[in-house]
Amino acid sequence: MQDSQVHADNTAHSVHEEHPAYLRHHFNSAEQQADAAGFAMWLFLLTEVMFFGGLFTAYLVYRNWYYPAFVSGSHQLNVVWGATNTVVLIFSSFTMAMGVWCAQTRRRRGLVLSLALTFILGLSFLGIKTIEYREKIEKHHVPGFHYSLQSFLDPQSDPEVYAEYHDKALEPDMARHTELYFSLYFLMTGMHALHMIIGIGILGFMILRAWAGAYTAGHETFVVNFGLYWHFIDIVWIYLFALLYLISRHQ
Amino acid sequence: MSGNNEHAHHIVVGPGVYLVILFALLLGTALTVWASYVDLGLWNPVIALAIATTKAVLVVLYFMHVKYSTKLTKLTIIAGIFMFLTLISMTLADYISRAWGSW
Repeated sequence: MQDSQVHADNTAHSVHEEHPAYLRHHFNSAEQQADAAGFAMWLFLLTEVMFFGGLFTAYLVYRNWYYPAFVSGSHQLNVVWGATNTVVLIFSSFTMAMGVWCAQTRRRRGLVLSLALTFILGLSFLGIKTIEYREKIEKHHVPGFHYSLQSFLDPQSDPEVYAEYHDKALEPDMARHTELYFSLYFLMTGMHALHMIIGIGILGFMILRAWAGAYTAGHETFVVNFGLYWHFIDIVWIYLFALLYLISRHQ
Repeated sequence: MSGNNEHAHHIVVGPGVYLVILFALLLGTALTVWASYVDLGLWNPVIALAIATTKAVLVVLYFMHVKYSTKLTKLTIIAGIFMFLTLISMTLADYISRAWGSW
């Protein structure tokens, strides 16, 4: 069957219909290929929804059981940093969407710029998370051997947070559960940050390929599907911010 | 609009739409931060989740092009959300009915 011969040099075979170089032979058309790729990407994202979903469910149960501990724990998070990170990611989703538009309308430089901005915003997000994590480490709020209940048994020992929220001291039993809150905080934001790191790595690769014109010649599938991944990470953060930072700030 | 969107991959969503969604998302962020400082009792978490879900829906529909996508894509996403809701509801049904914690 001459149709099934592999063409190593992409030249048109005599019984072989003309088709773009990027169209694989097991697809009828470029449209079908793009649809299949998009479908597969969505399936992967749904597995990610179930993955993060498990963490969110654990959070849901423990927040209901140990609500005062979760409130006190959340007051240790800085709303300004959290909101700033949310804005940073929202802008990065915007620049990513603009990147997709540039790829579709064959704007090579615009695409590179959009991806570069997304890259920088992604790094900014991680930078702010580093600042936040460092503060947690310094205040001994990292679950484990050095976890300290001090801020929750005696809120006045933590003047910055006390000045804003005037939390009542927690009973020792309830104070213990703040470590659970921080476990979920580090697990969920840590997993999210890992996804950001992977995304930023792929972005770096994409910027180089975009500069070489790989995505502005009619084959923008990679950019579109990476965009789906990036928007998904944004959505996860939108929920993380609302659930971890904004439990209750009206004490 | 009925019928499968066979040109989903060709649909080009312009910067204008993206800018509107960007603005809506920023507004939602400000709103949710403000709402967390107001004592609305039991409604605080409801409102926080409602705003977060609205933002997520905007991202899914417009940034991720789902509004312009094929029925297959839409069905896939709905199936995924259904499974996620099953995860939550069945887990909660277990915990609530056994009173393991302090419900």
